[in-house]
Amino acid sequence: MVNAGTASSPQPKLVAREVSVFYGEKQAVFDVDLDIMPREVTAFIGPSGCGKSTLLRCFNRMNDLIENCRITGSMLLDGGDIAGSDVDVVQLRTRIGMVFQKPNPFPKSVYDNVAYGPRLHGVAPTRSELDELVETSLRRAGIWDEVKDRIDQPGTSLSGGQQQRLCIARAIAIRPDVLLMDEPCSALDPIATATIEELIDELKSEYTIIIVTHNMQQAARVSQRTAFLNLGRLIEFDETQKIFTNPSEPSTQDYITGRFG
Amino acid sequence: MLLSYLPLLIIALFGVGAFYASRARISAAPQRALPGLPGHYGWYGTLWTVVPAALVYAVWTIIDDQVIRNIVLSDFPELSGAAATLLYVSIENAAAGVMTDDVPMASVELLLNLENLSAAARFALVTAVSVLGFFWGWRRIRPELTARDRVETALLVALFIASIIAILTTVGIVLSLVVETFRFFQLVSPFEFFFGLEWSPQIALRDDQVAASGAFGAVPVFAGTLLITVIAMLVAGPIGLMSAIYLAEYAHPRVRAVIKPLLEILAGIPTVVYGFFAALVLAPSMRNLGVDLGLTISSESALAAGLIMGIMIIPFVSSLSDDIMTAVPMSLREGSYGLGATASETIKRVILPAATPGIVGGFMLAISRAIGETMIVVMAAGLAANLTANPFEAVTTVTVQIATLLVGDHEFDSEKTMAAFALGLTLFFVTLALNVVALRVVQKYSERYE
Repeated sequence: MVNAGTASSPQPKLVAREVSVFYGEKQAVFDVDLDIMPREVTAFIGPSGCGKSTLLRCFNRMNDLIENCRITGSMLLDGGDIAGSDVDVVQLRTRIGMVFQKPNPFPKSVYDNVAYGPRLHGVAPTRSELDELVETSLRRAGIWDEVKDRIDQPGTSLSGGQQQRLCIARAIAIRPDVLLMDEPCSALDPIATATIEELIDELKSEYTIIIVTHNMQQAARVSQRTAFLNLGRLIEFDETQKIFTNPSEPSTQDYITGRFG
Repeated sequence: MLLSYLPLLIIALFGVGAFYASRARISAAPQRALPGLPGHYGWYGTLWTVVPAALVYAVWTIIDDQVIRNIVLSDFPELSGAAATLLYVSIENAAAGVMTDDVPMASVELLLNLENLSAAARFALVTAVSVLGFFWGWRRIRPELTARDRVETALLVALFIASIIAILTTVGIVLSLVVETFRFFQLVSPFEFFFGLEWSPQIALRDDQVAASGAFGAVPVFAGTLLITVIAMLVAGPIGLMSAIYLAEYAHPRVRAVIKPLLEILAGIPTVVYGFFAALVLAPSMRNLGVDLGLTISSESALAAGLIMGIMIIPFVSSLSDDIMTAVPMSLREGSYGLGATASETIKRVILPAATPGIVGGFMLAISRAIGETMIVVMAAGLAANLTANPFEAVTTVTVQIATLLVGDHEFDSEKTMAAFALGLTLFFVTLALNVVALRVVQKYSERYE
C-alpha cells in the first residue's frame, strides 16, 4: 500500500497519457499523464480554473457536450480506449458514472430518479427486479431510511444533502466501475458534507472514485491519492499522505498551506 | 383649433419647468441626508404641476360638448330624440363651413360663440390649475418632504391604473356581449341556438321575400371551427414541436440563429395573404389532386383552410416550445447524459416533461389563433354552414359568420346582427374553458425543475 508503483500493485483502472484539452483556441489542460488505481479514491485539487473539472469530464466524455472542445492524447479504461471518436459513449458512461457539483435530481419521483438509468439500459426488466435494484442503490447511498416512506415524492423536494445522495444512488444503480465526482459537496452544509464523505469512504470498496474538490481537508480525509493541478498542468501526483505532509514541489507546498489559490 | 391643444402644450412646458425649478430648490436647500434624490423632488414638482391640470383638461373636454348642445337646443324645446340630433348635426355642419339649408343662423352663431368661449375658458382654467399646482408643490418642497416615497407611490398608482385598463376593457366587452346576447335570446330560443343543426341567418328585409325565416342553430358553425382547428393543430402541433426539438437540442447555434427568425416570419405574414394563397394556389391544386385520385374535394374545403392555418401557427408552437426547452437547466441534461442516455432519450424523458407547461402554453396560443382566425377561412373554406366531419367539404367558422353577419345593411336590432354577439360570447366561453382546463392539466402533470 505504501509503495505505490511496485511490481505487486494492481493494474491501473484508468490511464491518461499526454492528455490535452482545448476549448477552441484556448488550451485548458496540458499533457497530463495519470494512472488511477482501482478501488481507491483519487482527489484532484488545485485553484479555480486549473483544469481539474475539465480533466475529470474527459473520463466519461462529458466534454463532448461542449461546442469547440477538443481532446488529444490517449485515455484507457481497463486497457480499452475511451478517447477515440469511434468509442460508444453511451456504453462508456454506463461504466463511468458521474455526480455533479450541484445536486441535479430529475423533476421526477425518488423512485423514477434511481430507476432512470436501469430503465434506459434494460438492466432490471421486471418490476420486482427494478424495485429491488432501486432499494439496494438507495441503501448503498445511505439514504434509504430517509426516503423509503416518500419514494413517490419528487426528488427535488429533498434537502440538498439528500438530493446529492439520491444522485449518487442514481449513478450506482447502473453498476458502474468508476464514479466521477465533481465537487460533490460544494453546495452542501458541513453535516451533509460529512455524510457524503463517509459514503465515499464506504463506496471505495466497490468503486474506483475520482473526486474533484476545492476543500483540501476533504481531499486529505477521503482520498488515498491526490493530484495537484495548476494552470492546466499536473504538478504533482502521489499518495495523499505524502502530498499533504511532504510534497516534492514547492508550488504544491504553497497551495496546501494556503499561500495561493 | 389651436386653442384646444394649446393647454396640453402649456402643461407639458410647465411640467418640464417645474422639474428643474423643484430640483434647483431642493439643491439650494441646506444639504443633509435627504429622503430622496434631487430628481425625486423635481418629479414631485412636475406631478403637482401636470396631473391636476391634465385632469381638469380631460373632464372639461368630455363634458363641454354635451353642455354646449344643451344650451343650443334649449331654443327648440319642442324637438326631442332623433329630430333634435338631426338639427344639432346640421347646425354643427353649418358651423364647420359645410353649407346646409334650413339651418337657424342664430343657433350656428351661438354654437360658434360657445365653442370659442369654452376653449378660451378651458385654456385659462388649465393654465391656472397648472400654476396653482406648481406653487402648491413648490411650497411643500423642503428637506423634510419624503419626495422619494411620494414619487414611488405616484408611479405605483400609474402602474396599477395601466393594469386595470386591460381588465376593465375585457369586462366591458363581456358585458356588451352579454346584453346583446340576452336580447338575441328573447327573439331566438337558446335551445334552438345551442342545439339547432341548421344555420341560415337569412332574415327578410321585406315581408313578402322568399326564404323569409332564418335558422339560428349554431352547431354547424362550431363544428366547422372545431374541424378546421383540429386540422390546423394536426399540422402545427407535430411540425412545430419537432422543429422546436431540433432547434433547442440538435441545431448548431449558427443554424438556430438563422432558422428561428425565419420560422417566426411565418407569424408575421398577414393572414389575408395566407388566405389568397390558400384560395388561389392550394385549394385548386387539391381539387385537381382529388380529381386524379377519384375523390370529391370541394374547391373551398376545410382541409385547405386548415392546412394553411396550420402553417401559419407553427411559430406559436415552435418558438415558445424552443424557448422553454432551452431554459431547461444544463445540469439536468448532464445528469441524463452522465447515466448513458442518448440525446433522444434525454429529450423524451427529461427535457419534454420538464418543458411541458411552456409547450402546452404554446399549443394553447396556437389554438386560440386558429379559433380566432377569420380571413383564411373566408377565402379558403367558404361560407356554407355544412354540418360535416369531411375535411374535403366546405365549412364555415364562428368568426367568419360573425364577420358576415355584421357586414351588411341590417339594422342593429335584427336577429341577424344580434346572433353575432351570441356567437361571440359562446366562443369567448369556449376559449376561456379551454384555457382553464389546460392550466389545470399543466399544474397537475408538469415536472417542475425549480
